[in-house]
Amino acid sequence: MMQLQLPYFLILAAALFCIGIYGLVSSRNAVRVLMSIELMLNAVNLNLMGFSNYLDPVGIKGQVFAVFVISIAAAEAAVGLAIVLAIYRNRDTVDMEKFNLLKW
Amino acid sequence: MNIAQGVQFVSFIILSALMLGSALGVVLLGNIVYSAFLLGGVFISMAGIYILLNADFVSAAQVLIYVGAVNVLILFAIMLVNKREDFVPTKNAWIGKVLTGGVCAGLFALLSAVAVVTPWQPPTEVATGEGSLVPLAKHFFTDFLLPFELASVLLLMAMIGAIVLARREFIPDTVEMTEKSALTLPERPRELAGK
Repeated sequence: MMQLQLPYFLILAAALFCIGIYGLVSSRNAVRVLMSIELMLNAVNLNLMGFSNYLDPVGIKGQVFAVFVISIAAAEAAVGLAIVLAIYRNRDTVDMEKFNLLKW
Repeated sequence: MNIAQGVQFVSFIILSALMLGSALGVVLLGNIVYSAFLLGGVFISMAGIYILLNADFVSAAQVLIYVGAVNVLILFAIMLVNKREDFVPTKNAWIGKVLTGGVCAGLFALLSAVAVVTPWQPPTEVATGEGSLVPLAKHFFTDFLLPFELASVLLLMAMIGAIVLARREFIPDTVEMTEKSALTLPERPRELAGK
């Protein structure tokens, strides 16, 4: 029981992912929504690294995919924050409840 | 990995407690600046867990990219949109929160059950123990060469897109235009810049 096993990491990643989903849905600040997306991407990365270490320790393809996810996440953060900045200039708020131009 | 099992287990417990506490703080705290700094805590403890998973290069990349770039970018964005506003409370907001919490708890239970119940096959071959850097580089320059180059193209596109989205095209009316020198104003309209 004292030895680290794969399900520990998977459960930890699941908990982080669920916290990210809760923040994504329930928070009203647009920057906090972007932070929740980063949390979810990190949870997926943790899953990939766990599988890579325990099920494929020679090929380590999971680490390759984790590096790709990290680079895509950096691009996503830059574009997302630029979009938040543009919306803030147009609407003068960061409240998600007021971003309803396309609603109806 | 040359660390004893007990030390690994204890550091896993500490790092995961740190990570989950920081993540809850990111989502639940009222001040957005505290949330941004706690997000850095999540990223750093994630890098520690990567070291426990024998991934030294990805751990260093996590610290460099996430803590060094993404977190600083988020802090800059918070400073740029720094407007103290009290959100108008919507009616029946607690129903949505309770519903979201229930769905997230259910999803967590489902994922944990899957992770525990599934009989994971232990690997047949053992790692050589030379570190993860050399095999990773071999992957990047042989069978993952095309995605690797495409990632660089995508980063260039994201950079150009972020600049185009975040650039301001006009001067706000509050700025006085006294003289038409090109060096007086930090941001100029495009016609003036063309002259």
